[in-house]
Amino acid sequence: MIAQELLAALQGVAPQTSERPSADCPAFNCPLDSLIPVLRALRDNHGYDMLVDATGLDNGVESSPRFTVLYHLLSTATHSYARIAADCADDETPLAPSAVELWPAAEWHERECFDLLGIKYENHPDLRRILMWDEYPHHPLRKDFPLAGHEEDLWDQEISDETGTKVISAPMMGGPFVAKSSKFENEREPRAKDESWNEKNPKPEGQSRK
Amino acid sequence: MSTESKEYTMPDAASRAAAASEEFETEKLELSMGPSHPSTHGVLRLNLELDGEIIQKCDPVIGYLHRGDEKIAENMTYNQFVPYTDRLDYLAPLANNAIYAIAVEKLAGIEVPERCQAIRVLTSEMARISAHLLGLGAYTMDVGALTAFMITFTEREKLYSLFEELTGARFTTSYTRVGGLLKDMPEGWTDKVLHFCEEFLPLVDDVESLLSRNRIFVDRTADIGIISKEDAIAYGLTGPNLRASGVDLDLRRDAPYSGYENYEFEVPIGEKGDCYDRYLVRLEEMRQSVRLIRQVIAKMPGGPYRAENQKRIILPHKDKTLTSMEELIQNFMITTEGPQIPEGEVYFEGEAPKGALGFFIHSRGGGVPYRLKIRGPSFCNLSILPKICVGAMVSDIPAILGSFDFVMGECDR
Repeated sequence: MIAQELLAALQGVAPQTSERPSADCPAFNCPLDSLIPVLRALRDNHGYDMLVDATGLDNGVESSPRFTVLYHLLSTATHSYARIAADCADDETPLAPSAVELWPAAEWHERECFDLLGIKYENHPDLRRILMWDEYPHHPLRKDFPLAGHEEDLWDQEISDETGTKVISAPMMGGPFVAKSSKFENEREPRAKDESWNEKNPKPEGQSRK
Repeated sequence: MSTESKEYTMPDAASRAAAASEEFETEKLELSMGPSHPSTHGVLRLNLELDGEIIQKCDPVIGYLHRGDEKIAENMTYNQFVPYTDRLDYLAPLANNAIYAIAVEKLAGIEVPERCQAIRVLTSEMARISAHLLGLGAYTMDVGALTAFMITFTEREKLYSLFEELTGARFTTSYTRVGGLLKDMPEGWTDKVLHFCEEFLPLVDDVESLLSRNRIFVDRTADIGIISKEDAIAYGLTGPNLRASGVDLDLRRDAPYSGYENYEFEVPIGEKGDCYDRYLVRLEEMRQSVRLIRQVIAKMPGGPYRAENQKRIILPHKDKTLTSMEELIQNFMITTEGPQIPEGEVYFEGEAPKGALGFFIHSRGGGVPYRLKIRGPSFCNLSILPKICVGAMVSDIPAILGSFDFVMGECDR
């Protein structure tokens, strides 16, 4: 009921807003360019005054649109949640508008999303990596990033030269054992996601970025 | 010989000070505090820009404890991820376990039995007491009051013994499963919990009498690190830090889950939002948790401790697994392929000791989440630091950080 009323109100702001399948709170898809007006309307007219979570989603390497940004809002008066999602247009270098002007809370959430998924937020005051180190070249939560990670040079050349160490991919022998979703039974059989490289299983070319 | 001397003029204090400030322009000092500093409670680094003792700019650097929990979650089944939730807020693993299980159950549409809900409330409140005991103890120790820390740590030790008896582990409990619990409570365990509560309440009063009117403690915390109501909401603060700023929001009462609506408790609210209010709110929350624990134990329903008749999600009972073919297959399929959760999206947050711990799960069917995002309350709470540290003294930093009571395990994930 609330979802229908909200949808009607949001379609007044952005006509292409549609309902998004959800197992809990009202959720809406809206076009990327009306994301900020929709969020602003929710904050100012519908009492969703707190941004509790902002994140992103990689829909898979093949799919297009590949990246989606998601915002979870909470109303401190009615204690109800709402979820707003918008698909990023570009699959290679996804761009999204930043919600920092509406909630300062978005600043760190969007930095994290940029760090882990590589979604660039326009008008973000300080878009730096937040969890990985600044020089790290990959975005680990993308679906084409292997669980074990990539071999990389250390962030400081001096330390590398002195110690002779580098960032190595995680040894994955022995687990975790995971069953893939597949219609073929032999593919569903759980197996260790072994992505460590050795003499028998050499590292594929072009995995590491120099 | 003449004894004439040159006449010296003494400029007045004001003009001397003006000349000095032109002459000795204070130099900006950059100070990197942490990542291994005793008051940063883990591995937080603050890049401070100082003018004398006054902080001009504060840039928190996080990520030293980043383990890629969200990436790991995408690669393992729902039940395999339970031990990873222990390591988010590692001071209250029982609360994390319960919130994670409820999030997955919401997506799967499972109703767990009343007994299971009650045990989850009971363990979450015990976890809240143990987390606040450590939070308060370490906070007061940082500002120079060691005695309170001795009391809180002794009590926390008793709680860990109770956790060990319940789950088999002191720290990494992994107590919940999707649709239920690892096992039921041992016999006579609730009596021990009640005994603990009885001994515990006078000690909360002791801690209060040691600190609440302690001149040194009040001087170091009152009016320090003030967060306004509006800022607290705008920066997405949750938990005791939000309530200390005067915002009356507690998810246990306002968006009740796991049967919290059946119990009576008060939600303490602060006035000013300074470090002292955050201390008071936590102290009172421990008393309310004791009240909740007593009610839960008094009303403890009987019946099963896990949902039944969910053949694709919940493991069969062990005795049946070993004697019946169908249950054996069910056991094998769920263990290897994971509980079969339908497609959909869910965002659930519950009131963990540090604030609202949220899980956003995007499922495309099967036993493995397609995307699992963890909303760590410490992450959001820390994001206000660049705002409130400006203008504070360097010596206020331990008080501010201590009063925030953050855990880097859930901040960096």
